[in-house]
Amino acid sequence: MTRKDNRIKPSEITPEDVYLNRRKLVAGAMAMGLLPGCQPDATAAAIPEGGEFGDLQPWAGSTSERSTPLEAASSFNNYYEFGTGKDDPARYADTLVTSPWSIEVTGEADRTGTYALEDILKPHALEERVYRLRCVERWSMVIPWVGFPMADLLKRFEPRSSARFVQFYTLADREQMPGLRSNILDWPYLEGLTIEEAMHPLTLAAVGMYGKVLPNQNGAPIRLVVPWKYGYKSAKSIVRISFTDERPRITTESRSEGGWTWQTAWNWYAGNEYGFYSNVNPNRAHPRWSQQVETRIDGTFPEPSIDTQLFNGYAEEVAHLYQGMDLIKNH
Amino acid sequence: MQRWQLGLIKAVVWAACLAPLAWLYLRIFHQIGGYVASPSIEILHTIGKTGLNLLLITLAVTPLRVLTGLNWLVRLRRLFGLFSFFYLSLHFSAFVWLDLGFRWRIIFAEIVLRPYLTIGMLALLLLIPLAVTSTRSMQRRLGRRWAQLHRLIYAIAILGVWHFWWHGKQTSNEPVVYAGILALLLGFRIWRGWQRRQRRQASG
Repeated sequence: MTRKDNRIKPSEITPEDVYLNRRKLVAGAMAMGLLPGCQPDATAAAIPEGGEFGDLQPWAGSTSERSTPLEAASSFNNYYEFGTGKDDPARYADTLVTSPWSIEVTGEADRTGTYALEDILKPHALEERVYRLRCVERWSMVIPWVGFPMADLLKRFEPRSSARFVQFYTLADREQMPGLRSNILDWPYLEGLTIEEAMHPLTLAAVGMYGKVLPNQNGAPIRLVVPWKYGYKSAKSIVRISFTDERPRITTESRSEGGWTWQTAWNWYAGNEYGFYSNVNPNRAHPRWSQQVETRIDGTFPEPSIDTQLFNGYAEEVAHLYQGMDLIKNH
Repeated sequence: MQRWQLGLIKAVVWAACLAPLAWLYLRIFHQIGGYVASPSIEILHTIGKTGLNLLLITLAVTPLRVLTGLNWLVRLRRLFGLFSFFYLSLHFSAFVWLDLGFRWRIIFAEIVLRPYLTIGMLALLLLIPLAVTSTRSMQRRLGRRWAQLHRLIYAIAILGVWHFWWHGKQTSNEPVVYAGILALLLGFRIWRGWQRRQRRQASG
């Protein structure tokens, strides 16, 4: 798939004085405590210049489990655009340019187009949500994300009733991302959700973690976080969101089953290992390892070895999305 | 070679073989040489790879001895072999303890169900008789059969590299390098065996 030129046109750039004023306004309001960022109608979220977000409303659903140290969460990453080693992203992602940034919105929606990140964030109130993150490789973390519900963003694009799936594309720029020289994945990195999953209140658009701006290696400036699925579903550094009525190809089905024009990144890599849904499920083993146990990276030694929970412990919130579905077959 | 010279060399080998363990300790507990995000995963992988390295070094002793004429090298072979066994036993312990938290039902099922674990386990089990019979007195007692038994090391090395090859996503070419080195080491034996046969035919 070829990617369109996503450079921002001069006409789309917010004039510098307007943009600076806005920041001053927000900073001033925050200093005076006028912008607690917690009220549903509080507005003007932005990437803070100093790198730290102001007071963030703690989210009621946050897990109280011990958080992974920021140092671990930002030095042990899978972000193949910067290399396949766990420490490659932390080592090489400083070449990623996260500002200016824009997201192209395409497909089955009424308000498609290219939006500057500033404009994307503006109307939303940022909150801090502590989620479990379960990697398919059998390790897990607990991360305090800074973000807002993805649904609130997607609704602004006015998806049509024909929008059954939402695709999230990660940046694929060879100049910034040395890992793209390898053809281990079919770049650009593409992940996708059903519209119901994408609109679920747990699905987060994250711009920070640990009260700070996202480190590049964690998917700056904006990424997806879907806490009940294996980590690779949560696409990083999103440059394109597309609403589609066509279902994804799933490698394990026969070629004659048509109706698809796209396939998610890891399903393309190995369909029997990484399905489209990729819900955390201890009952469905990866072909090469059991998924019943996980190593919780929490800064201690030895790290706790804990029992993996169905939907990563979010069954109460999300199980209804999959009612009557064979979760082994539709893994 | 003098006795003290060999003693000195052995001391260096001991230190070199223990160094990966010390290095791991310093990195994990004193953050020397970089931060380790996940000690468990780091230990499991580093120790397993060290064990495999030592296994290949053990197999490299004879070719090196033949090529360089340094016959005393053979007196280090047992040390390398036993250190390899030591690290691979630690690797298995890390799998049982750090990776799966002593969940024996899952551990047993995993070893049976996942071919890469089955062959890794088999390699470790096959190493046990070699370690047990590594003493000089056992060597004397077993005579000819000792050499036959210790040829198992070739199968063990193949299983070990195979286990490494299969263990994860194929994102690195490291296993290919290991397989290449193993092929060279085993190829040397085949070549020598063939040479010996040629000589025997010529003289017979």
